[in-house]
Amino acid sequence: MADPFRQEGQGKIMTNRSGFYQQGGGLRSWIFSTDHKRIGLLYLFSLFSFFSVGVVFGLLMRLELIAPGKTIVQASTYNAFFTLHGVIMIFLFIIPGIPVTLGNFFLPLQIGSRDVAFPRINLLSWWFYMFGGALALLSLFTGEGPPDTGWTFYVPYSVRTGTNVTLAVSAAFVLGMSSILTGLNFITTIHRLRAPGMSWFRMPLFVWSLYATAWVQILATPILGITLLLVIIERVFGVGFFDPAKGGDPILYQHLFWIYSHPAVYIMILPAMGVVTEIIPVFSRRTIFGYKAIAFSSLAIASVGYFVWGHHMFTSGMSDTARAVFSFITFIVAVPSGVKVFNWVASMYKGSIRVDAPLLFVLAFIFLFSIGGLTGLINGALATNIHIHGTYFIVAHFHYVMFGGAAFAFFAGLHYWFPKITGRMYNESWAKVACLFLFLGFNTLYFPMFILGWQGLPRRYYDYPPEFQELNVVSTVGSWIVAVGLILLFTNLLRSARKGAQAGMNPWGGTTLEWRTTSPPPEENFEEIPVVTEGPYVYKSGDVAKE
Amino acid sequence: MTDNPAGHKDTEGAKLGMWLFLFTEILLFGGMFLLYAIYRTKHAAEFHKAAEDLSRTAGTINTVILLTSSLTMALAISEVRKGNRERSLAFQGLTILFGSAFLVVKYFEWSAKIGHGIFPNSPELMKLAKGEMLYYGLYFVMTGLHGVHVLIGLGVLVYMLIGTFAGKINAGNFIQLENSGLYWHLVDTIWVYLFPLFYLIT
Amino acid sequence: MKKGPSELKQTPGTAGSQKAYILTWLALICLTAATVAVYFMHLGDAGAAIALTIASIKAGLILLFFMHLRQESRLLQGIFLMPLLLVWLIIGLTVLDVFYR
Repeated sequence: MADPFRQEGQGKIMTNRSGFYQQGGGLRSWIFSTDHKRIGLLYLFSLFSFFSVGVVFGLLMRLELIAPGKTIVQASTYNAFFTLHGVIMIFLFIIPGIPVTLGNFFLPLQIGSRDVAFPRINLLSWWFYMFGGALALLSLFTGEGPPDTGWTFYVPYSVRTGTNVTLAVSAAFVLGMSSILTGLNFITTIHRLRAPGMSWFRMPLFVWSLYATAWVQILATPILGITLLLVIIERVFGVGFFDPAKGGDPILYQHLFWIYSHPAVYIMILPAMGVVTEIIPVFSRRTIFGYKAIAFSSLAIASVGYFVWGHHMFTSGMSDTARAVFSFITFIVAVPSGVKVFNWVASMYKGSIRVDAPLLFVLAFIFLFSIGGLTGLINGALATNIHIHGTYFIVAHFHYVMFGGAAFAFFAGLHYWFPKITGRMYNESWAKVACLFLFLGFNTLYFPMFILGWQGLPRRYYDYPPEFQELNVVSTVGSWIVAVGLILLFTNLLRSARKGAQAGMNPWGGTTLEWRTTSPPPEENFEEIPVVTEGPYVYKSGDVAKE
Repeated sequence: MTDNPAGHKDTEGAKLGMWLFLFTEILLFGGMFLLYAIYRTKHAAEFHKAAEDLSRTAGTINTVILLTSSLTMALAISEVRKGNRERSLAFQGLTILFGSAFLVVKYFEWSAKIGHGIFPNSPELMKLAKGEMLYYGLYFVMTGLHGVHVLIGLGVLVYMLIGTFAGKINAGNFIQLENSGLYWHLVDTIWVYLFPLFYLIT
Repeated sequence: MKKGPSELKQTPGTAGSQKAYILTWLALICLTAATVAVYFMHLGDAGAAIALTIASIKAGLILLFFMHLRQESRLLQGIFLMPLLLVWLIIGLTVLDVFYR
């Protein structure tokens, strides 16, 4: 294998329109393509387009909150901002997230197959995604305006408000169908299309994480489907399932909602953890510590994660019995995540660490996700939860895990696999600068929220008493630093995609199958389907660059 | 349909994909069964009272219709397997007929209720006890959701009928029909639970 | 664990004999009659439990014979339990709230 630390120029020269890009460049050849790589890229561009809109809403929210009272918008508009920010970031960005972009692109490559099991259903899932996104955006402009219920659409307000709840909820329903199709495709692909010799325990751990995630997509998303359908049915027909006047129980709505939405957070984080597990061995030049533990911990998180949803409802009026049980199981689900963190750190021990952008983002992930995870335990303890439920403490917690965690891992994966996708290298210095801005900006934006929340500042409030202003200002400034970081990151990637230095087949010295084909890969992925004779992440000791 | 690189169809993969889809249907209805379980336990007597007003005859007829349609579906596939196109078409046609009959009976049941002023949020309904209101709410939503699935199933079966007629579905290539059968049987299975839960409450 | 598939393995084709289908159907009809009969015995709560049990037997027959689950791979038979288990567990945990307030 060519020495991975040697800058290419010695491998084949890649032209810009090489590999699978050669199969035509017109719009039709993309939006009707059943090639998993093209679909992955379609998703990538649409996902980050929606992400930008979500970021803008976030920035606007922070701008409003820089001072008490009205700053830039009315309260009702602010309510719409945080609703849309949530709906877009959750349903259009982080839930589809890594699986539909990096997963679509790399799952077949990593298992040595030519495509996923159902390529046409793959395309259909993207069309559903775009349709759902269109419906969500439509809700901004028609009728009485965008929903103002929060992304959780709690009854009774979601049934009574005149804003476009039905439209937004229909969008989420369609997006749920897209998610289900992806999950169904991935499970079948992993069961049926692995290359000869690739037994389950020779699969890359990113594939294991996609597998566990796909099961959550299949089994949890339908519950969201029925819940959203019931909101529409309530609004249109007034059946009364959640209306006490008609015998209903509003807390049952919360149960149904969180039965999906808690497992959903594992849809967000498991693939991110998978990306981290891919990058660490390559950038430490050591095999992963505890392969089976990491594989099984993904399954454990996915399974146990179904039974903790009540921790979102500790102050809703649930029984004490239920609260105790949910709190207990919540503590248990933290264990497999801890296993992963220990294994990642152990994998780097005595490794030959190469501190490039992918690893920097991964290290940031480990730090930020750990804070998020540990504060999750604080939230999961009944006594503290009573105090911090519905405050900024929660907002900080979930941004640490979803943004500091999942999104940072997403960025890591984008940089790691960038050369394989584009055939070019991104600019390493700018990537590091972007990472620094993002890391510093992130903590400036969200850490104060832990303090604000602990001091009692409620979330989703348009206004606050003046004594809370200082930290709010710090947080808003943090949002601007994050924005700069994002601009740097994406400008770098977009420019480098067109003008970056040529990358060879394997610039990082990775050992998984995607690095055994050209950058970018040809349409059929491999000239010949590889035969697998050993597990992934095999690095011989002394395999350090000697040049 | 799945294609592997060698160009062979992966019928096992297609079947696995279909089963996974059926799991999502089970979970979809599962959410409704959750609501049913809670509300029935809370209002057992009122559920019983409301259920008395449903026609056990109609429910039983519909159950028999659907079970028989599952039989004809299974036979349709078995005939294709043996290469008997005409017989398969006949059984597929019967399945579609039975499925349509089910919907016709449902239509009459619903019309009767609605004609008596019993429908979600109706003034008549609002006069009833809470448990009864919930019962009817669940009745309309669950049989309605089920009915939508029957309708979709009929659409799929018509599509399969055309495919069998055209010869695209044949003894060497019938996984689509088999998968349609799986869907149809699941729709039948859901009704197998709805029947006692709504019509046979003691 | 077995190695990855070197070619896609197809099971020999799950099929039931037509006789098996008809017998299954007869059983289903009889069970339907039984469940209606039980209703007329007005057994209260026990009646509900019996009705659900009969329904589950019917569902089992449809799954095993009409849907060929009996002949499918161990894998499929195993994973089929997952959605069932999940529905049971989410109802159970919700009950822990609603009926213990």
